[in-house]
Amino acid sequence: MPAELRRVCVIGAGAIGSLLAAHLSRVSETWVLTRRPQHAEQLNQEGLQVSGKHEFVGRVQATADASELPDFDLGIIAVKANDLEPVGLRLAGLAPQATMMTIQNGLGAEAVIARHGDWPLISSVTFMSGTRRSDVHVEYELDTATWLGPWAGTKTDQASVDAVAGLINASGLNAEAMDDLVPAQWSKLIFNSAINSVSALTELPHVAAFVDEDEASSLGHAVRALIDEGKAVAAAAGIKLYEDPWDMNAFAVKRGETARSDYAHLPSMLEDVLARRPTEVEFIAGALHREADRLGVPVPVTAAAHQLIRGKEASWRSEVKT
Amino acid sequence: MKVCIVGCGAIGSLFAAHLAQVDDVEVWAYDVVAPRVDAINRDGLKLIGEADITGRVRATTDAAELPACDFGIVATKSMYTRSAIEASAHAFADGAVASVQNGVGNEEVIAEHVERVIRGTTFPAGHVTEPGIVHMDTRGDTWLGPFEPRPASMDAVTQLAEAITAGGMNTKALPDARGAQWTKLIFNAATNPLGALTRLTHGRLCELPETRRLITQLVDEGKAVAAALGITLDSDPDELVDHAAKVAYEHRASMLQDVLAERATEVDALNGGIVRFGEEQGVPTPMNQAIAALIKGLERSWQQPR
Repeated sequence: MPAELRRVCVIGAGAIGSLLAAHLSRVSETWVLTRRPQHAEQLNQEGLQVSGKHEFVGRVQATADASELPDFDLGIIAVKANDLEPVGLRLAGLAPQATMMTIQNGLGAEAVIARHGDWPLISSVTFMSGTRRSDVHVEYELDTATWLGPWAGTKTDQASVDAVAGLINASGLNAEAMDDLVPAQWSKLIFNSAINSVSALTELPHVAAFVDEDEASSLGHAVRALIDEGKAVAAAAGIKLYEDPWDMNAFAVKRGETARSDYAHLPSMLEDVLARRPTEVEFIAGALHREADRLGVPVPVTAAAHQLIRGKEASWRSEVKT
Repeated sequence: MKVCIVGCGAIGSLFAAHLAQVDDVEVWAYDVVAPRVDAINRDGLKLIGEADITGRVRATTDAAELPACDFGIVATKSMYTRSAIEASAHAFADGAVASVQNGVGNEEVIAEHVERVIRGTTFPAGHVTEPGIVHMDTRGDTWLGPFEPRPASMDAVTQLAEAITAGGMNTKALPDARGAQWTKLIFNAATNPLGALTRLTHGRLCELPETRRLITQLVDEGKAVAAALGITLDSDPDELVDHAAKVAYEHRASMLQDVLAERATEVDALNGGIVRFGEEQGVPTPMNQAIAALIKGLERSWQQPR
């Protein structure tokens, strides 16, 4: 493992990748691998502006050509879950000494990356949020923590996890190293399976309706049903959750409503739906659905959400066809 | 015979214009949309498409103007049943009132205000093209029967069915019309909200194995509630789903049309109705409950600032 994290590479400069890259550039040499060459060019020329919770311009070195990357000590893979496979192909053979960290929603990102190299992998889940204002400007909204842990599949040692968490904290973001991330990862998986699915189908941002159980047809019942199913799957898998996903739901809604009455966080899956992009459903409700089937736990509402989102994605394809 | 159509949208207009073809039937229409009422009074009520007739109908936005009627036919969207019958009930003090609306629960609301109630289900469809003109999209049968808790007499049911049939819309009088109503209810509750949530046409919804399975799950919950109520369905709603996939592949469910226009849906009378009757009968309906909640959430999204 690297004794020092001198050079970091952030792969993917969406909202989360941009927040990480800009902050880390203050404490280490930071590279960014983008998909579009003009995105990299603009980052090299203008830097990466952060506004909101923090205000500064980070200086990064960017490229869209993975072969131009120097050896780095830490790679943070911050692309959407659907882009993991192509990114794994681009990274194969690079930076053999590096530790890689995944930060996607849902389950299964580590396994995809592990197919493309022998890097020790760090799992993480993040609760921070931001909005990309442009290719070179990201607004830092929620300064909540990112949790890190060693991925069991590569026997990553705890010291390297601690080092990465230390670097992220030094950069001004919040990170916490754990020796077992699975309870937190599953808490967030179940939270996302319920919140992102309901948001994608109703096109509602995460608002107070998600905890409303006053009437028989109140939306909170659907959220509760999804969360209860997720908890049953976790229990069958022998996973003790770090936090109750329903409490996470209630807390997030309260925070949004009190901060600003018209503020409500747009879950990433709703952003995808509104932009008619493929969603991460296969890594979230889909992953939970498959785990449930494997363990023999009935999850009819989760299955319905999974299938309805697939159906909604299919409706965009049929529009293109006509 | 005096008949008043309560709610003269697409379905109400089909009944009004056809009944107006019958010599001894005087047709009134109560509707809250003033331009519609004015057009009907000025030019008559015109049907195009699968029908080509114009009926003389006396329309009003003021329920106090309605005369005493022998029959009422309520054809509003189900969420307006209560306000519509509250306003017009006085006209039916000696008459009988039928519902030809979607879903279940409308007759119960009507029965809070009138003595003699007729349970009805109708399959014809249409859409308003402009005030006073309705395009009849499909023809089909209508079933009427006494509403058991506050029934109209079988004679009255038969009289109304014969008048509608004489006007050109085939209508059957049955002692128990619940089978027809629940068959349509279960079909609509299993297909409409899935179309609304995915935005897929009926045919596409049936083509994808995942969404087709969901339809069957919703149908099965509906069948279990119907069975607990002692209702014998007219036909298997699951088979109707496959039939509709062949004959109406490109059809966008009415609830999808509502969602695209950001209009309140009838989910409370469809999935909401199955949930309520399920609770009464002790039959669990978790899928219908979740789907109803998602549709209510979708309706709520239109109030969200954007």
